[in-house]
Order: sequence, then C-alpha cells, then structure tokens
Amino acid sequence: MSKIRVNGKSLELNDVPLDTPLLWVLRDHLGLTGTKYGCGISECGACTVHVDGVAVQSCVTTLAEIGESEVTTIEGLSKDGSHPVQKAWREHNVPQCGYCQVGQIMMAAALLKTNGNPTDEQIESEMWNICRCGTYPRIRSAVKSAAKEMNR
Amino acid sequence: MSASQHYLKYLNAVESNAADSTSPKEDSSLTRRSFLATISSTSLVLMGKSGLGPSSALANANQTDVVHFSPDFFVSIAPDGTVTCIAHRSEMGTGIRTGLPRVLADELEADWDRVRIQQAPGDKRLGDQNTDGSNSIRFFFKRMRVAGATARTMLERAAAAKWGVPATECYAENHQIKHKTSGKTIGFGELVESAKSLDIPKENELQLKPRDKWRYIGKDVPITDLDDIITGKAIFGIDARIENQLFAIIARPPVVGGKVISFDASETKKMPGVVDVVDLPAFKGAPMFQQLGGVAVLAKSTWAAWKGRDALKIKWDDGENATYDSEEFAKQLKATAREPGQVLRSIGAASDVLAKSKDIVTADYSVPHLAHAPMETTCAVADVKTDASGKVIACHVIAATQNPQAVQQAVGPALGMNQDDVLVNVTLLGSGFGRKSKPDYCVEAALLSRKVGRPVHVTWTREDDLQHDYYHAISAIHCEAAMSDTGMPSAWLQRAVYPSIGSTFALGSNSPATWEAEMGNTDLPYDVPNISLEVGQAKSHVRIGWLRSVCHIQQNFAACSFADELAHHAKRDPFEFLIELLGKDRNIDMTAAKLSNRGASMEEYPYDIGRLKNVLRRVAQKADWNLAKNMPKGRGLGIACSRSFLGYTGHVIEVEVAQNGKVSIPRVWVSIDAGIVVSPDRVRAQIEGASIMATGQALFGKVSFKNGRALESNLDTYILPKMKDAPREIIVDIVPSEAPPAGVGETGIASFAPALCNAIFAATGKRIRDLPLSGRDLSWS
Repeated sequence: MSKIRVNGKSLELNDVPLDTPLLWVLRDHLGLTGTKYGCGISECGACTVHVDGVAVQSCVTTLAEIGESEVTTIEGLSKDGSHPVQKAWREHNVPQCGYCQVGQIMMAAALLKTNGNPTDEQIESEMWNICRCGTYPRIRSAVKSAAKEMNR
Repeated sequence: MSASQHYLKYLNAVESNAADSTSPKEDSSLTRRSFLATISSTSLVLMGKSGLGPSSALANANQTDVVHFSPDFFVSIAPDGTVTCIAHRSEMGTGIRTGLPRVLADELEADWDRVRIQQAPGDKRLGDQNTDGSNSIRFFFKRMRVAGATARTMLERAAAAKWGVPATECYAENHQIKHKTSGKTIGFGELVESAKSLDIPKENELQLKPRDKWRYIGKDVPITDLDDIITGKAIFGIDARIENQLFAIIARPPVVGGKVISFDASETKKMPGVVDVVDLPAFKGAPMFQQLGGVAVLAKSTWAAWKGRDALKIKWDDGENATYDSEEFAKQLKATAREPGQVLRSIGAASDVLAKSKDIVTADYSVPHLAHAPMETTCAVADVKTDASGKVIACHVIAATQNPQAVQQAVGPALGMNQDDVLVNVTLLGSGFGRKSKPDYCVEAALLSRKVGRPVHVTWTREDDLQHDYYHAISAIHCEAAMSDTGMPSAWLQRAVYPSIGSTFALGSNSPATWEAEMGNTDLPYDVPNISLEVGQAKSHVRIGWLRSVCHIQQNFAACSFADELAHHAKRDPFEFLIELLGKDRNIDMTAAKLSNRGASMEEYPYDIGRLKNVLRRVAQKADWNLAKNMPKGRGLGIACSRSFLGYTGHVIEVEVAQNGKVSIPRVWVSIDAGIVVSPDRVRAQIEGASIMATGQALFGKVSFKNGRALESNLDTYILPKMKDAPREIIVDIVPSEAPPAGVGETGIASFAPALCNAIFAATGKRIRDLPLSGRDLSWS
C-alpha cells in the first residue's frame, strides 16, 4: 500500500510498484485519464502534469520520485474549465483532435506561473509539446491571451 | 451553366453511392427506431463516462423507440424539444462531429443550443462511415439536408393539422413552427406526438432551404467536444474501458511477414500485475487488416503489461522481408524510374519529341517512407463472449477508429461471426491521418479477448506505432521536359515508381494502381502538347498504407517542383510561367484521360483549370508575389498549386535560410477552393494543420529500414515538427464558392512541400529533389 497526493486529495494505491511511471498510476490505477500517453520518453509533452506546481512529464517520473509531492492533473487544474489558460483555449478554438491539448494546457499554465508575459521566442522554447494536428499558431495566440487575462 | 444552375443540379443529382443505402424511403420507422434504441442501450459503457453525449441526451435516447419522433436515422426529437443528431463519421480533429449535425440542424431550423450529438456505432445502414479520403461533407452534405428537411416538413404538417390550416402556410423557424397569417407558433417538442403518426414525405416533396436562409452552414460555432477536451473529460480510444478489462501490450514480429519460432515467458509471468501471456498467430496471405501476430502480455495495467513484454524472450523467424534495406531500395526505385514504364496517360508523342529536342530538362525526385504517427497511438478494447462450446456469440469493440464498419468487416471473420453482429462504438480519435481506418489493432483486441474470456484493451506503444505502421510508400519520380523556342515545354514525361497500397491487400501487386497514379501524376493539369505519364514496378517489403494526401505527397512534389525548375530554366517568373503552363481556362477531359475523379461525377466535380488558376492568382496576390523579385539572398518565395481530393489549393511560402543553412518559415499563404464550406474556421484549422504536417514531412520525415526493421523507434528519431519548426504565420484564404463541397482535410498538403522547396531554391539557388531536407547542407555565403 502506498499513498499519493493528487489534486488536493491523498489517495491510496494497492500493489503499485514504485517504479511505475506516474502517467500509468494516474490513468490505470486512479482512473484519471485526462493525462495522455504520447511517447513514453518525454519527447512530446502529452503527459504533462504539475508536481508541486512545476510542469513534469509523467511518463518518465516514477511513483517513487513523487513521494509526498502534490500532483495536479487537468482534472484538478480548475473545477469547471475556468482556468485562464482553458478560457483562452476556448476563445481561440485551439483544439482539433484534442488529444495533446491537456498536456499543452498544463504546460502553458506552468509557464505562465513563472513568466507572466512570455515573448514569442520564450513561448516557442517553453511550449515544446508536440501537436500532430498542427494547432501551434493558435496555441501561441492563446498563451498570449491567457497571459493578458492573468495580468489583469 | 451558371453557378446556381450548377448548384441546383447538384442538389437534384442522384445520391452518392455512399449515401444510397440509407435513403429514408426504404426503411420502416420500426427499423429506425430500433436503430436508435440499439445505439442507446449498447453505448452505455462508452457514453456513461465519455462526454461523447451529455447524459441527458442519453436518457432521452434510451426512450427513443417509445416517445421520440425520429423520421430518419440521423435525427430524433424528444417531447421536451431536444433534437438528437447522429454523428456517424469519426471525429479525429476535422470538426466533422459538429459539421454534419450543423447541416442537419440548419435544414431542420433547430436551435443549436437544443441540439445533442450522439456518436453512432458501425452500421452499414448509415451509409459510408469510412472517415477518410476527405469525403465526409461531400458524401453527406445533401443527406443531412434531406434528413433535416424531412423532420421539418413533418413538423410543419403536424402543426398545420393541429391548426386546421394548409401546410403551405406553416414554416419552421428556430425550433418552432409558425403560421404565416395568424402568427400562431408552436414548439417542436409539442408536435412530437402528432408528427410521429404522419407519413414520411418523399424526397421530391421536400423543399430545401435556399442559401440565403442558411443559419449554420458557413457560420462558425465551437466544436461540440471543446469543453470536454480542455477539461480532460474527452474519451479517446486509449481511455475506453469495459468493466473487468485487462491491458495488453504486444510483441509483434519486427519484420512484416515474420513469425514466432518460440518464446519464453517465464520471467514475464513472475512480474507483478501480469495475468496472462498469449501468442497471436501471424496473418495469412496479404496483410490486409489482419493482426501481425506475436506474443501478447495481458496485465492489470498498461505499465505492467509493458514491463512484462520487455521481459519476454522471443525467437523470431523474420520471413522473406528480412533483408529489406530502404537505402538500397531507394536506389533501385530511381533506376527503375529512369527506364521506360507503363504509360497510363499520353497526349501526342512525348518520347519522340524528347528524343529530338535540343533542350531537355530532367530531374529525379524522391520521398522516403513516412509514418502516420497519430498523436494517440492505435488503441481498442474488445469484449468477446463465447458459449460453453467456445463459439463466439457476441463481440463489442470500443475503438478510436476512422471506420467502424471496417472494424466489423475485419473482426467478424477473425472471430467466425457475422460481421453485422459485431458492435463497434467509436471514441474520439487522437488524430488518425489514415492509420485508424486500418483496424488490425481491433482484431488483436478481439482475438485476445476471445482467448482469455475477458475484455482486453490493446494499447500500441509509440515504438509499436512507428515500427509496425502501414507506411507511406517510398518513391522515386523521374521527370523530363523538352523546352521549345517559346520558353514553354513541348513535351513532359513523368514516371512514378513506388510500392502500391494494393500490395497490402493482394500479394503480387507490384505496380502503382491507376487511382494512386491519379494523385499528382496522371492528373497533371499542365497544358503541354506532348505528355507521357507513366508508372514503374516496385515490390513492397512493408505494409503500405494511405497517409493524409496519399500519393499527392510524392507525385505533386515532383509535378510542382519540376514546373518551377522549368520556369527558372526558361528564366521566367515562376508564377507567370505557371499560369501560362496551366493554359487557358477549360475542364480537363477526364474520360479521355481515364481519370476516375475519386468516383465523383465529372459534371458536379469537373477538373476546372479556371478554378486552379484562380487559387493561384489569389494566393499570389495575397502574398504580394511581386516582392519575390527583390528579396535578398537567404530569403525567397515559392509558389505551387494543385487539385487534390476535388479541392483546389494555391500555396505561397516565404522562407528564410540562414547562412548556416537553417530554414525557417515566417509566412505561408494558402488559397483554397473547396466549394461550399460548412465550417470556415475548421477549414482554416485544417489548412493550418496541413501546413505544419507538411513542413514536418519536408524537413524531417523519414522512416528507414535495415534488415527489414524500421530504424526509427520513437519521437526522438522520427522527428515531428514542434512550434519552433512550424511556420510563424499561416494566412488562409477560403474562396467563396457555390460549387458542391469538395475535400479539405487532405487538400492542404499536396502543393505545400514543393512550394517550400521552390522557395528554398529562390532563397539559396539550391534545388531540393530528395526529401527530407534534414542532413542537406543549405548554407550559403
């Protein structure tokens, strides 16, 4: 039996080996399927969550590494999709298939926490998540909109 | 024919083959109602959690056969006025799950806020469900209008009967029926009971709304799944769950056609969470949509299964593709392309003219194998029930599939059951690009579920996805032109050599099929007096499949690059040269050219050179093409145009090539004429996305094979474009049109890569004939 803190709750895990990546703990053991698998090697960012407020790729972060830390997933980012980043995603109609967008949103939310007014270049280097549908121009615009809203 | 006549003819035309089988006239209301009941009762597992339909719609749909008014497969109205539209095409990012219901709701005069969308299972009565080929709007635009108009007409008649007035005095407006003279109104929901008892009108009794009354078609609305996507509630194939399911990860033969000689699972079976290890037989005959075979590890979680697979010790027989080497093969293809081939279309006597000409230009182009790499790998869960004797009695599949009917067709025979009895629910797809219309992964899940007597969810890892794809064909294209004194070509030869998609379905299929050649080769639009369009033989050593834009990827790369080469050879402005090369406005004689036109009628969908030139002129104007002449070294504009999937696109791309050779793309302009457009913002999104996908293919796209094995194994080696690689700005110009809807999803790819490479030539003087660009030295001083 082990414990993990996710979205403000302490949850119990039965028989989950400590070397299990957080991604599969969330998805298969806790039923939090909002976080997505894309590559398993931290190349695509689809699995991005927050660990103590910092963007982390859950596919390469083991349960052991999480320890007492607080994990935030898309299910805990906001109660009702009202986080400024989510609102900006809505405003710009960013998603096409939508699969990578949770990771994109988590990445953007973490970026804006540390950099309230990112430049184009900073957005390009920080938002390295892959979107196979090619929503990048809208992601860039949405990150800027969200930054504006958060600075208001 | 005027545009409006053209449109009228289109509306009156015989339904496309695809939509034929679902004509409302042929089906009793009993059948329709039981259909809706089938959906609702069997979709609970999926829908309960999925966000694929609000739970209120589900509750209503459960009672469909009792209280709803559903005059057509695609629509039902509840007594509370809620309209449920059936989405039968798969949502993989195009917006189709919103787009087609919008067409129906428009014709019904429904209030969009009171419309619910429910995803259909695989069912051939709905017509074609293969969400592929950029066909959805083209196939079903009219079908949705007929469904909406049928329901609207019956509601109008029901209101007229209630009020004792002629039906001609009643009309629908925003979820109500109104009486013209008295001003009386009544809501749709209140008419459900009486409308149900009316006869279903024949199609010729329906009056479709004129274009100036359209309320949703051509107007934007957020996609129906937007909120679920951005809150993480949306359910994709990887998220599909059936109670008590096991998670499977499969070790497949590393070489296509290989099989397991022996395996040792003793370590695997000791691992925590592992429940079972099951061998899967190799496929027989051509690969088709059969399972590849191998050894599956079934566990309580994806990760446990994955670790279990890593611990398997398997001895493989690699089979006859064991020596496949794509570098060597590429050389063979180039050599074949330089030899006479099979002539599929010819005008005049190209080879004679070429033999006599003093001014010959030749070029050889190549594109490597590409992988689909959908963001979500292929995933499905299957639940197979057997009786005491082991005979299969039921099968339920939930999958991210572009084609639930193909799942039925593949899984049915694999299990020895009637394919129509295979229940297939469709989740959202984390993109597809053609990969998810090939349901080998669903067959795997079904075979495993039968074997272990429990639901089994199969997830492909990214390594599986890249190493066992239905790859885009590796290709070589040889072009030759004879230049006349006028500076224009007097002969054009284009010979394409690549393994055919047909090889995946029939052993011994060793030459590009005519329908493949028609994508950028035999459909050459240029007005040249002597033309020879040919293909050459190539055997396949991997599974070849269709990838977004299919053979246009390589064939338009050649056809559009070569036109630019000739322009430079003739020292002409590439845009002006291209306009002249396209010749006068005319329709290409498709009968003479033996073009199948994707099965579309030549009257509705002519190959209209005027429209092609129009997108070219428009895009040149938007991009201010004249600036091209005065750009400094290292900057350039490239131009290209194409007709693909019946739509027309013109591309201008601006590149900056740094002195160290690094390519960046500040701006892309695209003009697209796809006929009538239902969702303009989704068309823009598709063109933006196509531009970025094509950028990635041109810059990095390549899968290589050695010893029959794919060398690229994950996204660190098969490079996909990131934001930093993508064009900085993509300006999309949608041509206003009255023409019937054409393809969009794939249309933005065909002329992108050549326009990019033409721009690189303009910037650096270096001509790119072999994709991808990576590894090529583009530095300059």
